[in-house]
Amino acid sequence: MAEFTLPKNSRITVGKTWPKPAGATNVRKFQIYRWNPDDGKNPSLDTYFLDMDKCGPMILDALIKIKNEIDPTLTFRRSCREGICGSCAMNIDGINTLACIYGLDEVKGDVKIYPLPHMPVVKDLIPDLTHFYAQHASIMPWLETKTNRPAKEWKQSIEDRKKLDGLYECVMCASCSTSCPSYWWNGDKYLGPAALLHAYRWLIDSRDEATGERLDNLEDPFKLYRCHTIMNCAKTCPKGLNPAKAIAHIKQMMVERAH
Amino acid sequence: MRYLTDRKRAQGLGASGNGTHHHWQMMVSSILLVPLVPLFVITLGLGIGGTYDEVIAYFSRPVPALITGLGLVVITLHVMHEAQVAIEDYMHGVAEKLARIAVGAFAYTIIAAGLFALVKIAL
Repeated sequence: MAEFTLPKNSRITVGKTWPKPAGATNVRKFQIYRWNPDDGKNPSLDTYFLDMDKCGPMILDALIKIKNEIDPTLTFRRSCREGICGSCAMNIDGINTLACIYGLDEVKGDVKIYPLPHMPVVKDLIPDLTHFYAQHASIMPWLETKTNRPAKEWKQSIEDRKKLDGLYECVMCASCSTSCPSYWWNGDKYLGPAALLHAYRWLIDSRDEATGERLDNLEDPFKLYRCHTIMNCAKTCPKGLNPAKAIAHIKQMMVERAH
Repeated sequence: MRYLTDRKRAQGLGASGNGTHHHWQMMVSSILLVPLVPLFVITLGLGIGGTYDEVIAYFSRPVPALITGLGLVVITLHVMHEAQVAIEDYMHGVAEKLARIAVGAFAYTIIAAGLFALVKIAL
């Protein structure tokens, strides 16, 4: 049965409030989800204040400033700081997005930051994406061919290459999958928008020779058909992609094959 | 505690090999419902408000009887299938199976009772 309330040990409590920076006039309040697996306590919402005159423009800048200057125990993933690696995906102001490309000016009022929803938390803002990555691996995200390898390269026309636009750009940040209610309730079996977008990327690749096998692996009421076109995935994608459209195309391919 | 690899957990029992038929069935019935629902509502609306004999006479006519029968079957089956999908979404295990059976039994009972009433009125 789907659970609509958090278990007792996951309920968020009021956390520590850190002092405001002395002498600052342009101060902003940040409320950040904290949870440490080692202390046995419930998660809490810690409050930090930053002098915005001495802070970079992005949410990630603020998080790094907090970690460097206020609380070194604050834990989050980050790497490229330009929306390419997908590491810093988190829930900011109610939206799953990348902290590095989400501007502080896009948030009105206090900044509230939580880890990606409905995933097990490793610590603070770090979700456990093990199952998400395994699902991605299960759709065989690589070129499958049966023909002998050509002397040079697998050729592809410009038109066929264009079909991959809007798909190959996915950075696997998990913002879409963790914004999808179907993935919340049935994430163990439903592949979710990110894995399905990648599945479609290989399904329409003109060089791939495993189209039938790929479709066979998706022919399932849960793996594919849990998508109810809610469209949260397209709304939240920090790269502006449309996984729901890719899923609709997969369904279309399934129907074409069956009829 | 089971020592399963992440990949094994993600693969589960593999793809069941169905789902497209249900998806296509829902697409077809959705398209059918576009003209059928307004027709059904108008037909029922025109039949309501008269005396007992007038209502019996109205539903004895072939067009209102056919539209009512068609509406009853297509709408009920469509709602039944959607309700079963919602049950699959939110319930799991034995409760899910029992709920699906209950919804199916309820829907087929409604269809049988409705068609029986229509035939009885027509004859």
